[in-house]
Amino acid sequence: MNALQVKNLTVAYEEKVVLNEVNLSVPMGRLTGIIGPNGAGKSTLIKAIINQLPNKSGAVHVLERPLNPKDHTVGYVPQRNAVDWDFPTNSLDVVLMGRYGHIGMIKKISAKDKQIAMDCLKNVGMEAFADRSIGQLSGGQQQRVFLARALAQEAEVYFMDEPFVGVDAATERTIIAILKDLKAKGKSVFVVHHDLQTASDYFDWIILLNQSVIASGPTESTFTENNLQDAYGGKLFFMDKTKSNKTLS
Amino acid sequence: MILTGNLLWVLVGAILLGIAAGLNGTFAFLQKQSLVGDAAAHAALPGIALAYLIVQQKDLPILMLGAAITSTLAVYMIQWIVSQSKLKADGAIGLVLSVFFGFGIVLITLVNQGASGNQSGLNDFIFGKAAIMAKSDLIWLSGSALLIILMCLLFFKEWKLMIFDPVFAKGIGLPVERLRILLTALTVLTIVTGIQAVGVILMAAMLIIPAAAARFWSNHLGIILVTSAFFGALSGAFGTIISSLRVGLSTGPIIVLSASSLFLLSYCFAPTRGLLSKSRKKKVVKQHKVVQEATSHE
Repeated sequence: MNALQVKNLTVAYEEKVVLNEVNLSVPMGRLTGIIGPNGAGKSTLIKAIINQLPNKSGAVHVLERPLNPKDHTVGYVPQRNAVDWDFPTNSLDVVLMGRYGHIGMIKKISAKDKQIAMDCLKNVGMEAFADRSIGQLSGGQQQRVFLARALAQEAEVYFMDEPFVGVDAATERTIIAILKDLKAKGKSVFVVHHDLQTASDYFDWIILLNQSVIASGPTESTFTENNLQDAYGGKLFFMDKTKSNKTLS
Repeated sequence: MILTGNLLWVLVGAILLGIAAGLNGTFAFLQKQSLVGDAAAHAALPGIALAYLIVQQKDLPILMLGAAITSTLAVYMIQWIVSQSKLKADGAIGLVLSVFFGFGIVLITLVNQGASGNQSGLNDFIFGKAAIMAKSDLIWLSGSALLIILMCLLFFKEWKLMIFDPVFAKGIGLPVERLRILLTALTVLTIVTGIQAVGVILMAAMLIIPAAAARFWSNHLGIILVTSAFFGALSGAFGTIISSLRVGLSTGPIIVLSASSLFLLSYCFAPTRGLLSKSRKKKVVKQHKVVQEATSHE
């Protein structure tokens, strides 16, 4: 079964085409990196898949079905800067938001939901910060809270938008451990990622994107010099993984 | 002071209105829509005047209906201008606010020059006159305020998520657009509920000031809502009592002055985000640094 199937997806903002005829299919249980240069439409692809964009054409199937939020099949981690972190709420409350789909409108949050949210916080090593207001968290901690919220959704397929941006090394390790754990549980995870150096270590499936799909497949056959050159064109300044330079990452 | 008969009713109405505005205003404030509320409040004036011109009597539910129509129209015009032109929200709000208010003043003048002349009492809708409200009007006001309070409690969880992270909210299947419209509709209802008591010019202050003041007291939405409701009730009660003591004093300005005093107190002395707590925290950090530097030199 495919975790994700995209057919002829085109997205345009006003006159500008952001995604052009995207076609994809990715099997279940993969840890997929969505890679491409700035402006390639990586975030747009995720938003289009989870049904956030009205101005799109084409078809998206998740687990062989058109997306229906009521199925709770999809978990989502937005870019960290997508929200106002000065909003008056604490870590546990944000994680609980991942339960709202299960709880339903107007209904009250149960003790069981609180327990699940607390377990998810523990999973990302943030249980000590449950009562901490989100504005007082570091960037890495905020990212972990967002990840915990997605875990609380108890979804089958996860979409994460640049979860590694601006986080500390410990958070990056935590996130990677959780991604691997999700994969081990048979979940499918899609991650927008921009660090080419770590991409082949982190992911076992790669989608190379630049407005349309340059390549999509298992990392060893997709993450090749030729494909990267096609996706990045002249913008690719670093190629050889053996010469990996820490200052670049 | 004698708290009997009508004044007691007025006081209850003002307190309920303050609670409703404090709760609803907090959501609008966090959504950064406070100024849209201000425009909607000013835009209530032509609606009141038109409703009066049509039915030729001061029947509060009908005037409220007229106010609701023009207020809603103003909100939609702001959204329409922002989406259809290069004008930003502040420009659109300023434009719509002044056009509607100007039109309202013209209409009120027409009413005042008409057959019934100054007897219409519509002038009271500009600055508000809680003390002279009739009991039947107060029942309308109280019922409407209770409805707003109830809705804010019911949709607390949904609005919180919708304001904090609308993309995620939509992703889990919340009807974000409908929730947003409901919140805007309730803001208009709050304004319409308060216009006779507080007046169109200063009604927005009841939405903004208690919420802004409450924000200093906590980083927890639940506590902010309760604090804001308390501040709203306090200023509502205070404004009503003071304005009923002295002939000629309007309710709106007194309410705003009381709310502003609470704001100033909060801004300076609130333990979580007030001025004093900030400087105290800075001092702690400074001392911490001094200690660190001292130890690092060893």
